[in-house]
Amino acid sequence: MTSSTAGAGLGPLRADRIDAVAIGASAGGVEALSVLLPALPAALRAAVLIVVHLPRERASVLAEIFSSKCVRPVREAEDKEPVEQGTVYFAPPDYHLLVDKAGPASAQLALSADDLVNFSRPSIDVLFESAADVYGRRLLGIILTGANHDGAAGLAAIHEAAGITVVQHPDTAQSSLMPMAAMKRSPVDYVLTLDQIAELLRTLDGDQVTR
Amino acid sequence: MAINDFDIELQLLIDAIYLKYHYDFRGYARSSLKRRLRTAMSRFGCETLSRLQDKVLHDASTFPALLGYLTVQVSEMFRDPNYFQALRARVVPLLRTYPSLRIWVAGCSTGEEVYSLAILLREEGLLPRTLIYATDINAQALEQAEAGVYGVDRIAGFSDNYRRAGGTASLSEYYTAAYGRAVFDKSLRENIVFSDHSLATDSVFAEVQLVSCRNVLIYFDRVLQDRAVGLFRDALVRRGFLGIGSKESLRFSSHTDAFDELVRHERIYQKRDEG
Repeated sequence: MTSSTAGAGLGPLRADRIDAVAIGASAGGVEALSVLLPALPAALRAAVLIVVHLPRERASVLAEIFSSKCVRPVREAEDKEPVEQGTVYFAPPDYHLLVDKAGPASAQLALSADDLVNFSRPSIDVLFESAADVYGRRLLGIILTGANHDGAAGLAAIHEAAGITVVQHPDTAQSSLMPMAAMKRSPVDYVLTLDQIAELLRTLDGDQVTR
Repeated sequence: MAINDFDIELQLLIDAIYLKYHYDFRGYARSSLKRRLRTAMSRFGCETLSRLQDKVLHDASTFPALLGYLTVQVSEMFRDPNYFQALRARVVPLLRTYPSLRIWVAGCSTGEEVYSLAILLREEGLLPRTLIYATDINAQALEQAEAGVYGVDRIAGFSDNYRRAGGTASLSEYYTAAYGRAVFDKSLRENIVFSDHSLATDSVFAEVQLVSCRNVLIYFDRVLQDRAVGLFRDALVRRGFLGIGSKESLRFSSHTDAFDELVRHERIYQKRDEG
């Protein structure tokens, strides 16, 4: 387990490597995302896919809440929607969010009403595993605060697919269970505070890419 | 995005199933299919999809069980109560104008949606003059649907949905509970025909005023979605109705111009007049 500060220590993380960022959060997730999503740069290249565990009524307004806080477009995911660069997608309430290949270098969103996974629908594991399958090493997975074990298997799948894994430092998470479960399950590339994760997201700036 | 072993094995398995059993999963969205197959692999004790394929081909009992993993969709009665409320408010008044009604519930799985519609139609006085076609590709699921028996533990959720869907009685009037099971009133299914039908390989079999097909299209790729929606368009009478899942959309379909949005938020469409 490495604990690292964002910036100089993040040599391998170049904006042109990352095609997608997958984020999973549960208890305390909305507050954590309020720190992270405003940090997304205007020239963000990657798509951002997010699962937050929330009651149906609240989950349905996530996209609305964050639209005004982000420079990038924020939407609730629709089935078969092509994944657009620099766009933030929330899983809709009561559906799993997955990703499918749509061509040699393109992807599209898919929804499923399959059974709950880890007592959750949407489930973080479902998103992370399918995103790992499609994006492989070009995926950045982030586990935030939460009071359950969802996302641990998914983050392990991202690690196995050679993607980059980040976990919010358990001491700084409103609920440390989910970060700890993820760290226990597989090696994690970065264990960071929310501010450090925000700093990391700021580096995903397409304009800063040097070729 | 290189093709990995699992993708290769998946392709081979789908072809094997099609050649041997004539079930066509070639147009299913890969992401969900993979998830379901991984669950099946652990259930059948197979470490690879190739081993599962071996069983599917050479052990007659494997495929029917696998089909359950690939197709069964556990739903709730009155799932998305607003959908049923919108049917009552916006579609039923127009259905009333027909002397006899035919409705197609496509991909009915274990029947929760079919009984929900039957109850709604009874409360609106339309059930006696309605014939409901409930179709699915999974024979076991159809048998369960026809039996109309659900675990009592699910009834509280069903009842809550029913109330929020604008039910005019109490759901308990439609079932008898015994030994942990709720058996739905036989008279509800007097006008329901349960039948094997594949949206991937079969064609239109009747002319209907309403098609309800919820959370089925999300499991299809765009080509198969187009085929299915094309069947619905062809099955519907002039100005007939189509209801799909609340997160499904005709936006990416080649048939999007064949329908008007009737209740946008609940994904209820009306077939456009041709020409």
